[in-house]
Amino acid sequence: MSAFRALSLAIVRGFLRDKASLFFALVFPLMFLVLFGGLLGDRSQSQVDLVQVGEVPVLDAMSPGAAAAFEDTFDVTETDDLDAALEQVRTGDADVAVVMEGDTLVAHFTLTDQVAAAVTQGALRAFVDGTNVEVLARETGSQPPYSLRVQQVEDESLSTIQFVTPGLLGWAVAMSAAFGAAATLQGWRQSKLLRRLQLAPVSTRTVVSARVAVTLGIALVQMAIFLGLAAAAFGLQLSGAWWAAVPLLVVGTLCFMAVGLLAGALARTTEGAVNAANFMVLPMAFLSGSFFPLDGAPTWLQRVSDLLPLKHLNEGMLDVMVRGEGASAALAPIGVLAGFAVVITLLAARLFRWETV
Amino acid sequence: MAAIRAQGLTKVYGDLRAVDGVDLEVAEGEFVGVLGPNGAGKTTLLEMVEGLRRPDAGTVEVLGEAVWPRNPALLPRIGVQLQASAFFERLTAREQIRTFAALYDVSPARADEWLERVGLGEKAATRVEDLSGGQAQRLSIACALVHDPDLVFLDEPTAALDPQARRNLWDLLSGINESGRTVVLTTHYMDEAEVLCDRVAVMDAGRVLRVGAPADLVRDLGAPTRTLEDVFLHLTGREYRA
Repeated sequence: MSAFRALSLAIVRGFLRDKASLFFALVFPLMFLVLFGGLLGDRSQSQVDLVQVGEVPVLDAMSPGAAAAFEDTFDVTETDDLDAALEQVRTGDADVAVVMEGDTLVAHFTLTDQVAAAVTQGALRAFVDGTNVEVLARETGSQPPYSLRVQQVEDESLSTIQFVTPGLLGWAVAMSAAFGAAATLQGWRQSKLLRRLQLAPVSTRTVVSARVAVTLGIALVQMAIFLGLAAAAFGLQLSGAWWAAVPLLVVGTLCFMAVGLLAGALARTTEGAVNAANFMVLPMAFLSGSFFPLDGAPTWLQRVSDLLPLKHLNEGMLDVMVRGEGASAALAPIGVLAGFAVVITLLAARLFRWETV
Repeated sequence: MAAIRAQGLTKVYGDLRAVDGVDLEVAEGEFVGVLGPNGAGKTTLLEMVEGLRRPDAGTVEVLGEAVWPRNPALLPRIGVQLQASAFFERLTAREQIRTFAALYDVSPARADEWLERVGLGEKAATRVEDLSGGQAQRLSIACALVHDPDLVFLDEPTAALDPQARRNLWDLLSGINESGRTVVLTTHYMDEAEVLCDRVAVMDAGRVLRVGAPADLVRDLGAPTRTLEDVFLHLTGREYRA
């Protein structure tokens, strides 16, 4: 058995038997995926609760297409009791109550949630206008002069899972690559295993490539599990050039191993190294859009995030995995990440000491 | 040819002269002990001889070759036990020694034999973290010997061992030495040095105070002393050390 295989096997076994690192590499990020994909995923499709009091002919007169859109927007319950319906709106159990007074549709709403109120009013007005147009067109035999067709620019399946999966995967890979490198370097240094290996006829290159190979393997397994679960349970749909995320992830893993080496070189204990890695990766995850998009963030914050490698990993993965861009969209982030990897590795090498003394 | 030829070895840390102009010559097939109180510079001396540390002054040759910079041709011929914790995390005793064996291109079967020789056959499936101090010590010695090196360095190999394990290890080390291998160890146990070593070097404050066969050192000191421990205390004093 070659030295490379023996070392890789030893590292894999050490990883698989370490419940804490397994948890932080797989279970912990997956918990966030379930949280974002499962719970917050519904929010984008949340409907307006509408209470319909008595007969409302204008709603019944809608064309089939409009009726379908109406059902997407509103969750309708019917009642005959106006006072009870108003009470529901007042207490927030319903968003709007509608009742016909003659030929006029009266909508009772609350201003508690102003955005929802505006959306509700606009939607109701659109449905009433639309029905008016259809009725007039039927009576006069003329067609309305203008029409509107909407088309979304992204992949048609627009849901939260599309946006959180690449970011969370980026965070998970960054975390396990950095922790793995930091803990290995610091742990081996403390136990003098590093010294012991220095006295074995095995090159530094072999030792480093065994550790790198294992970490890359872990990253690819993380990717498979993430994408598999997100697709199977939450309806993730990958766009054409998603495979370009693989080289992106490989370079990203190398970059974050370098971050871990830096943490391991700085710290004096294994715990200190893991904490230092955490200190570098977790704030970076927040600032790189792993947990929420940065579109709403101030410009200066977005400029700061451009200085963080994870931002480029996340953006690149979003581009090729869900935004439907071609594989060439991964090239620039790969270059940036490789640059970060080289610079951070050189820095870690300068700070490296064989022993903690 | 000498197994070890060190001349004027010096290592300085700030104001501390950890090793101060040490000469040491060990013949092939010899069993040599380095004795000294804590902080005497034994480990630093050994690390320079092994090629782990670059001497600030002086030269070392091991088995006729230079040890610094790292000499890959020399490494398969020396075996080193640094301390009992220098293991891969969470591997069993068997996986541990087989991994080290693979680094030296030694078969797993030979690795398993070594596990038996240090009495760890029944502990083969136990993770290193769950071994007792003595068992971990024996495993680390087996890992140092697994590739049948010509020259073996052992740093306090019998620390944490019970008398049974200590005597068994003595037999093991004597056997290795009798088969023609050179052994260098550090120890705090004078009885161990008297039984095992052809020669001992007594160190303190970075210098070698005396070198010779244990019996000669005892005789040279004259009455009323009788043991190597008395010689040791006579040379190094009785103050508490680090």
